[in-house]
Amino acid sequence: MTTLPILSILTWLPCAGAILVLLAGNARPHVARWLTLAFTVITFALSLVMLTQYRIGPGGFQLQENLRWIPGINTSYHLGVDGISVALIILTTFTSILVIAGAWQVIKTHVHQYMAAMLVLEGLLIGVFCAMDALLFYLFFEAILIPMFFLIGIWGGPRRVYATLKFFIYTFFGSIFFLIGLLYMYHRAGTFDLQTLWNFPFTMKEQSWLFFSFLIAFAVKTPMVPVHTWLPDAHVEAPTGGSVILAAIMLKVGTYGFIRFSLPIVPDASQHFAWLIIVLSLIAIIYIGYVALVQPDMKKLVAYSSIAHMGFVTLGLFIVYMLARQMHDIQTAQLGVQGAVVQMISHGFVSGALFTCIGVMYDRLHTREIAAYGGLAKVMPWFAAFWVLFAMANTGLPGTSGFVGEFMVILSSFSANPWIALFAAYSLIIGAGYTLWLIKRIVWGTAPTKEAASMPKLNAREAWVLTAFAVAVLAMGIYPWPLMHLMDSSVAQLVTHVMTSKI
Amino acid sequence: MISQNLLIVLAGAPLVGALIAGLLRNQVGRAGAAGIAIVSVALSFALSCIVFYQLVWGGAPVFNHDVYTWLQVGKLTIGIGFLVDRLTALMLVVVTFVSLMVHIYTIGYMREDPGFQRFFSYIALFTFSMLVLVLANNFLQLFVGWELVGLVSYLLIGFWFEKPSASFAALKAFIVNRVGDFGFILGIACVLYAFHTLDYSAVFAQAPSLAGRTITVVGGHPWSLATLICLLLFVGACGKSAQVPLHVWLPDSMEGPTPISALIHAATMVTAGVFMVARMSPLFEMSQTALSVVLIVGATTAFFMGLVGIVQNDIKRVIAYSTISQLGYMVTALGASAYAAGIFHLMTHAFFKALLFLGSGSVIMAMHHGQDMRYMGGLRKRMPITYLTMWAGSLALCAAPGFSGFFSKDQIIDAVGESQIFGHTYAYWCVLLGVFVTALYTFRMLYMTFHGKPRWRVEHSHGDDHGGHHEQPGVLPHEPKEQSFVVTFPLVMLAIPSIMIGWVTVKPLLFGDWFQGAIKVLPAHDVLAKMAEEFHGTVPMFWHAFVTPAFWIAFAGFAVATYVYQFNPKVADRAARMFLPIFKILTRKFWIDEVYYNLFARGGVRLGRVFWKGGDAGLIEGTVNGSAFVAERSSRVFRRLQTGFLYHYAFAMIVGLILLLGGLWYWGLR
Repeated sequence: MTTLPILSILTWLPCAGAILVLLAGNARPHVARWLTLAFTVITFALSLVMLTQYRIGPGGFQLQENLRWIPGINTSYHLGVDGISVALIILTTFTSILVIAGAWQVIKTHVHQYMAAMLVLEGLLIGVFCAMDALLFYLFFEAILIPMFFLIGIWGGPRRVYATLKFFIYTFFGSIFFLIGLLYMYHRAGTFDLQTLWNFPFTMKEQSWLFFSFLIAFAVKTPMVPVHTWLPDAHVEAPTGGSVILAAIMLKVGTYGFIRFSLPIVPDASQHFAWLIIVLSLIAIIYIGYVALVQPDMKKLVAYSSIAHMGFVTLGLFIVYMLARQMHDIQTAQLGVQGAVVQMISHGFVSGALFTCIGVMYDRLHTREIAAYGGLAKVMPWFAAFWVLFAMANTGLPGTSGFVGEFMVILSSFSANPWIALFAAYSLIIGAGYTLWLIKRIVWGTAPTKEAASMPKLNAREAWVLTAFAVAVLAMGIYPWPLMHLMDSSVAQLVTHVMTSKI
Repeated sequence: MISQNLLIVLAGAPLVGALIAGLLRNQVGRAGAAGIAIVSVALSFALSCIVFYQLVWGGAPVFNHDVYTWLQVGKLTIGIGFLVDRLTALMLVVVTFVSLMVHIYTIGYMREDPGFQRFFSYIALFTFSMLVLVLANNFLQLFVGWELVGLVSYLLIGFWFEKPSASFAALKAFIVNRVGDFGFILGIACVLYAFHTLDYSAVFAQAPSLAGRTITVVGGHPWSLATLICLLLFVGACGKSAQVPLHVWLPDSMEGPTPISALIHAATMVTAGVFMVARMSPLFEMSQTALSVVLIVGATTAFFMGLVGIVQNDIKRVIAYSTISQLGYMVTALGASAYAAGIFHLMTHAFFKALLFLGSGSVIMAMHHGQDMRYMGGLRKRMPITYLTMWAGSLALCAAPGFSGFFSKDQIIDAVGESQIFGHTYAYWCVLLGVFVTALYTFRMLYMTFHGKPRWRVEHSHGDDHGGHHEQPGVLPHEPKEQSFVVTFPLVMLAIPSIMIGWVTVKPLLFGDWFQGAIKVLPAHDVLAKMAEEFHGTVPMFWHAFVTPAFWIAFAGFAVATYVYQFNPKVADRAARMFLPIFKILTRKFWIDEVYYNLFARGGVRLGRVFWKGGDAGLIEGTVNGSAFVAERSSRVFRRLQTGFLYHYAFAMIVGLILLLGGLWYWGLR
């Protein structure tokens, strides 16, 4: 064990970087870009250091840092990571580099501010994934809204003000209930320490109230049907980088909340209301699939597809009770939870890649209208190949990351109830429907206009960004074992924890 | 011993070939891409032969090992590995041989195509995917290969992506296959539920324990677990092997270049469903119901899809419907528990159907990409090699005694005749009458293509336009002529096994327990064992053919086709008019495509609109924006309270205080 507070460094280094970047000023956008890239690369390297320091075998929370923070209310600056957080942090640091590289020349105004916002966002997201104190988590959780608010509000599209407000009020609305829940827990347990809360014996009635206070906050963030309508608007108006971060990482904060709060703190209420989450997840998979099918706007289509894919995450998390508690099939319960987390990571890569692809097209024709494009296979052959790869990953094709999580969740849900698996597996059909119909319209066929027929080929920067995503998607699909191994003991501990009733 | 490294090279070589031909296509050039792909597949073929030899004559034991761990959760481990028993070995040789022939043929067929390297990359990738599927030692890897071949099929059907019909056909193929995969993945999930493992050997060892196990799915009715597993898996087979009602994608897949019609949509990929069911024989044997369903679906496909083949005018579509029908025969054999017969027909069919497709490709090249048989005719003298080899393939397809198809198809018909499970009478009539249908469409195709007077003409004025798409049908810029060596060589190489292979293989494959442990049949279902008692050798079987109804029914089909299409073509039109309703049903393919398109494709889009406009934009956004609206309006009202006048506030305070004190006093009194 090193004495280096690596988690704090990971969290605050990008924020410190943001200050430096701001100092670079508006006059020297190139300095801001390179500085930001350097900070994201260093952060990524440090996250790999964290990975090497994390000991996979024992699992549990490691690399902990615990400082008294506000003694008066018994809250502390407590950081720590388990296998799940490590995976999500690496997802964050990896994606951040690509987002910065992707925005290189695309963002033209207030470059330094854009880059600073991105760095702050990265730091806060890492903070969320390693917070072990509920109040600290809540602070990071809320603070994320601020840079995102600016990213959409300043660099967004024409309806950015509407989208920003909607996004902000929607998520803030959810957080209020979360805060009330937190305060109640503090009132009862006298601490914000997560580990204490996990073991605190809340009664069933308390658990039920807490469950819904968590649910509202995390359901909005994930987003789950029916509180998902902010997402398509936010995506449509957000700049490419904002969309990538939003889809790839921010959505995971919601499901991560389920993992850290709903499942372990209120296991009995979660079990009792699991049917609700399962039904909402299945609605997300099927209903949203159909909505995605008819979107004329590429970004909306992929945004809706994100919601459908996040349905697999919530499904995988909440079938754990049926499997572990009612059927005593711990093996399959772990498969489901593990599948949900794998799906989180995979969706990060796949949706990030898809939004990057859309950004590449938007930079050329300045429209997201599907009908404006066609014949990419002829116009930009390499780019078309990337599109097809990521689209296939989105449809869950084996050999890509998209397959792994869905496969695990479908498999485990069958043991819970064949009907759940039946509806979940419908994603195989509807997902292929909306994704490949999109591909048919933009990649195959012929270009509808002269502009669409003469789009410039991928430049080196774009090609590298897409290649990095492609490598991640393929590596995870071909050899997912290392990722699973990283999380295996943590998932096992989580499942063991949720198995024991608090009442 | 079969070495693992050898198997890795066997499976991996085409992948390497595909990657080089695809990613480095500009660096290696056209010749380089073709050469690398062909060498890689040839290497696979050679190694497959070695594996086959080691296993069958070298006394090597069955190989079953994981190469690496793909998934591990708790105690559940799923790997990527190889299972090589005789079933695998046979498939390896067939797949790599046909693939190699198609690779060579492609040099000629795609010579002028700008996507030459891309095409080689795809077909090598296909070979790799098919090997992954065939070599799988667990359900996960089977599914991986299963979907990968679907991906490559999608890419190849849409190879000429600028043609709207091609990209539509590709999309349709992928989605219909996904419907099958939907069932298949649920089947795999059910296997995991039942056995807590996805490893073949572990699952098959426990298969007998399925007897009597039930699962409650609907209401209080317990279902047989074995039946559920098998039916779900069979849905997958229906998709991939184009069985009714999921057959609709295969005729449209003819939009792809002809070499892949031969390789993917005739010889290998579409037989994956048959291979899968044979591989799962220990499971299917546990469910009478599932076997009945397999039997009935297969027989229905064999007969009714053959009928559609009679009225097609596109030469490739005739063969496509023939393929569906022949796959139906294989599936029927599986349903009758004659797995070995199904696999045997799979093998002979791979040779003669690849031959027929490649032959038709040769004709299509000669006709400058014309595929309509109404503008062919009289090609016999101009393309003698194509002509003769197509005849050989056709005779094999029609089960002419002595040809390979005879041995396999006759045994299927006999096996269905011996079968006792539910639906066997219906199935028997379907496969028997299907023989007539097969002969009719096959010889119709031969006569329309090669015999009679030419229905095309040559006009040199068009210059050297090789596109051929914009021209009038039947007008050629050149005289049709025989193709080059790279095209005719594969034809001859495929004609040889099409003619001969049955003689040497029928006895060991069907009656000699050749597959050993790879295929399991319960004694009660073992129709092949019953047939073995009546089997007195290959030569007597050949002579016996002339007294079987199947032969004479096929002969009748041949005679009708000969009379109508060789001597009296007017009869065809008259028959079409006389049986107009039937003719219409067949040309419209039972309206299945129309129903699917309107119900699922357009219906899906309509449903999406309703959900989007009604649900998302209407109900949810209405609530969200409505509450914002209410908040805004009500705050306008409440704003008036904040007048800014001190005496208003003071007044309100006093009223409040009075109410508060009054309330306290009132309730305090109680």
